[in-house]
Amino acid sequence: MSGTSSAAEDRVAIASNWRLVWWRFRRHRLAMISAGLLIFMYMIVLAPDFFSVQDPERTDARQAFIPVQMIHFFDDGSLSPWVPTITGKRHPVTLRMEWVADPARKVGVRFFARGYSYRVLGVFETNVHLIAPADPTQRIFLLGSDRLGRDQWSRIMHGTQTSMTVGLVAVALSVILGVVLGGLSGYVGGKTDQVIQRIIELLQSVPTIPIWLALSAALPRDWTPIQVFFAITVILSLVGWTTLGREVRGRFLALREEDFVLAARLAGCSRMRIILRHMVPTFASHIIATSSLAIPVMIINETSLSFLGLGIRPPAISWGVLLQEAQNIQTLALAPWLLTPGLVVIVAVLAFNLVGDGLRDAADPYSN
Amino acid sequence: MTRYIAQRLLILPLLMVIYSFVIFLIIQAPPGDFLTAYVATLASSGSSISADQIAALRHQYGLDQPFLVQYFLWMQNLLHGDFGLSLEYQRPNADLISEQLGLTLALALFSFVLTWAIAVPAGIYSATHPRSLIDHVLTVINYVGVATPNFMLALILMWLAFAYFDINVSGLFSPEFVDAPWSFARVGDLLFHIWLPGLVLGIAGTARLSRIMRANLLDELNKPYVVTARAKGMREWRLVLRYPVRLAFNPLVSTIGWYLPALFSGSLIVATVMNLPNIGPLLLRALINQDMYLAGGILLIYSFLTIVGTLLSDVLLALLDPRIRVES
Amino acid sequence: MPLTRIAIEGAVNQQTPLLQVRDLRVSFQLDEGVVRAVDGTSFDVMPGQVLGIVGESGCGKSVTMKAILQLVDRPGRIDTGEIKFLRSDGETVDLVKLPPRGAMIRQIRGGEIALIPQEPMASFSPVHTVGDQIIEAILLHSHRWEQGGRKISKREARKITIGLFRDVGISMPEQRVDAYSWQLSGGLRQRAMIAMALSCKPRLLIADEPTTAIDVTTQAQVLALLRDLQVKYNTAIIFITHDLGVIAQMASYVVVMYLGRVMEQGPVDAIFHAPKHPYTRALLRSIPSMYGQTRVALPVISGTLPHPFNRPPGCPFHPRCADVMPACSVGVPRLMPVGDDQLASCFLHHNEAEPV
Ligand SMILES: Nc1ncnc2c1ncn2[C@@H]1O[C@H](COP(=O)(O)OP(=O)(O)OP(=O)(O)O)[C@@H](O)[C@H]1O
Ligand code: SF4
Ligand SMILES: [Mg+2]
Repeated sequence: MSGTSSAAEDRVAIASNWRLVWWRFRRHRLAMISAGLLIFMYMIVLAPDFFSVQDPERTDARQAFIPVQMIHFFDDGSLSPWVPTITGKRHPVTLRMEWVADPARKVGVRFFARGYSYRVLGVFETNVHLIAPADPTQRIFLLGSDRLGRDQWSRIMHGTQTSMTVGLVAVALSVILGVVLGGLSGYVGGKTDQVIQRIIELLQSVPTIPIWLALSAALPRDWTPIQVFFAITVILSLVGWTTLGREVRGRFLALREEDFVLAARLAGCSRMRIILRHMVPTFASHIIATSSLAIPVMIINETSLSFLGLGIRPPAISWGVLLQEAQNIQTLALAPWLLTPGLVVIVAVLAFNLVGDGLRDAADPYSN
Repeated sequence: MTRYIAQRLLILPLLMVIYSFVIFLIIQAPPGDFLTAYVATLASSGSSISADQIAALRHQYGLDQPFLVQYFLWMQNLLHGDFGLSLEYQRPNADLISEQLGLTLALALFSFVLTWAIAVPAGIYSATHPRSLIDHVLTVINYVGVATPNFMLALILMWLAFAYFDINVSGLFSPEFVDAPWSFARVGDLLFHIWLPGLVLGIAGTARLSRIMRANLLDELNKPYVVTARAKGMREWRLVLRYPVRLAFNPLVSTIGWYLPALFSGSLIVATVMNLPNIGPLLLRALINQDMYLAGGILLIYSFLTIVGTLLSDVLLALLDPRIRVES
Repeated sequence: MPLTRIAIEGAVNQQTPLLQVRDLRVSFQLDEGVVRAVDGTSFDVMPGQVLGIVGESGCGKSVTMKAILQLVDRPGRIDTGEIKFLRSDGETVDLVKLPPRGAMIRQIRGGEIALIPQEPMASFSPVHTVGDQIIEAILLHSHRWEQGGRKISKREARKITIGLFRDVGISMPEQRVDAYSWQLSGGLRQRAMIAMALSCKPRLLIADEPTTAIDVTTQAQVLALLRDLQVKYNTAIIFITHDLGVIAQMASYVVVMYLGRVMEQGPVDAIFHAPKHPYTRALLRSIPSMYGQTRVALPVISGTLPHPFNRPPGCPFHPRCADVMPACSVGVPRLMPVGDDQLASCFLHHNEAEPV
């Protein structure tokens, strides 16, 4: 058997394996829907401004706690989207602003219309938005406004960018750590394995949330939001890699005995090369499935940390940061739409879990 | 068996030493120390403190010593049961912690019992009636339960109770019992209030646990020993409870090792949101105010509870599973 | 259907059978399609008779046995057929009609029909002692051990278990009752399983490949044990195996199965010395010593077992049959009397096809 032909055969085997996984995954209807949803959410991650209606930082104290302005698609039977105008009156006794929707006065809404200008991925500048008021001087609040009169909808779009990225990057770091350390542990064995196993056990028996909090509290106050963002990501992944490490180790132990690894070794391949070229591809689908189940855990953790004030810090926007605004029950009773970021969290986590379960079933139909 | 337990018990102090060192590292990490924070607080409230006084205090607390010396001092005090003084509250940390510890444990354990009481029967039902309507409903509840962060659930429940029923569900006691001495009436009041936070805290765990139970039991129900038991002429439900459930239970017991710690650390968030007497919010304040020895003490207690949880699950598993018991 | 019954009843002597299986069909509804695991099987078991069932792996032997006890697992289902069992009180019941969780089938299971499952390794629960599991069976059917209507106690059941262990040749029975199954060797585990099956003095014992998992010496001991017990208690035994040599030692009557159907059945001598069905002949050729020829390389039967999802039309054996004729792929041959006391389903011997 010559080298080239065996490499070609490898490719065929792997390709057909992927196709098999895809074929099985396609049969899970919920997982497919969720995958579509996640792809959409990552499009928001790429260009949150396009999906925003207003600049998320634009404040106006006179427009605090404006309720949700429902979008209506038809006007007198013809397709012409609009939202009702909201007018405020101060309550004579409580002196609180009370907002009333007035469906008689319609604010026209257009798709792919002009709004504030922004840069896509920091490169080219544009001012096209998915949704915008027909009259650029008007402000509309599709999901209401917060205490500073900022647009909740647009802030959720930007929060999506941060939170989904934290989840993805933290899991990517975990995967790297898990594959390298777990692979080393399973492939080299002996003392290395012992040490790494003890570290994994230690990390797994750590009371995670308190330690995370303590670590985040230890971050210098004067760090920029970007620095904090990366620090939080690293902190999350430091504990997150252990599950994956274990799994990879187990698979390595099983694979080590198999013929093709022995063949590669006899052919004089270096260890790293054997691991990366021959062993990792055989269980890549499991890694992907496990990772997609790890991302939602990271998202929940980030959200919780930020909610407690020890994660992502304002002015950066994440789902957790947005939910901090909902901490006060009295405020919440007044402005329940402040909870909407939480619904987005639930939907995203649900979607990740469904996709992950679907992938796991598809990758390994016999393990339960 | 006794040797096995003794072995595990011997590891405990070693683990505690490792944890304590890591924890000390972490609480020492922020720039400045708690005196810096203290001075800042004093300054903001208008009073000031002289440089000499600061130096004296620094010396008194051993803050001018090298890191390792400080660590050993801390450990030495801990071994004598001295958790140090809280700077913020100007009271012994041990008092502050022990005031909250009982209710912290009560909440976690209550939630634990609730979780198992719900998850195990639900898992058994789902596995014995796969693809039935109730199984599907439970599956949906499970997915949503896992996907909802603790604090979100707490917020939603509190908001609904406040906005629609005008009741305040935060706290573990009615106002008249908050500072009352312990009595039957106070315990009753506690039992009345604890179930909501207990449920909130346990919901994700319940969902996860019942999914594990369902999967395990489905596996076990296909094993040949079930056919053997049926071929004996046993009643179906007795058979299911006596054989496959018993076996499906073992992997569940090993989850106590991570679930109990998760409950303790999860209660931190729920307690903060729902304003419960708990060491969680205390830790949060301590971390934010750099009240380092208080934070360190609480972190140590969390670690201790974690290790005990793991130990407990190992021992329980050995008791339940003869295969482990005989080998060890 | 009545034709088959008359045919079978004519072939054996006039005694009432203990068990009559008629046109049994069991299928599994899987996502990928329907597996017809048992597809029209019929045979009889006489009181005290040892009936051997042979057939390649996957031909539906175990599923047939599970169907007798109403133990077919989801997603499997008994579609049609009759399984008439003569109970100890002289009454005949159709086991197929009994609700699978009802009281009557539970009395019959273990009490009147006992099963030695195919995998002794996994057939005991690993977290209960072997003794506990047998004691439980005795207590479930305690009336079979009672004297004068007195309930037997757990202690007595334990004594009975120890006695059974001694009967089946387990040394140190007092200690072994408290052992877990994984502490026993394969042979001991198999003996314990036999002890459990015998614990309620069944009238029919189903032994599903009781010797495949153990070594040759132990195998011979277990076979001898079963034979002794059969003689001692006059228990009827259905003995399932792949091994024709074992059949020759044990059985007095043989059923040959292929793809969920009976190909041929008859007294053991007739089957071995005058096989009528091409499949039986092929099977016999596969044991070299029987025909006294030089050893032939296995497998002698050309072709492979068809995938369970696509059963061939017509005679299930026709894709592999050496004597195949045009009619074979059209109709399904019925099981009909052939010769003096044999039955075969093959168009070489008759022209009766199953009604479509
Ligand atoms: N639980 C099940 N689910 C799906 N198909 C099954 C199941 N049990 C049995 N079958 C199918 O029924 C057919 C007969 O199986 P059975 O176990 O009766 O074979 P067997 O003759 O006992 O084989 P062996 O000699 O290997 O024990 C097989 O083709 C198998 O695919
Ligand atoms: S019926 Fe035809 S194919 Fe089937 S066994 Fe007889 S001869 Fe062969
Ligand atoms: Mg079988």
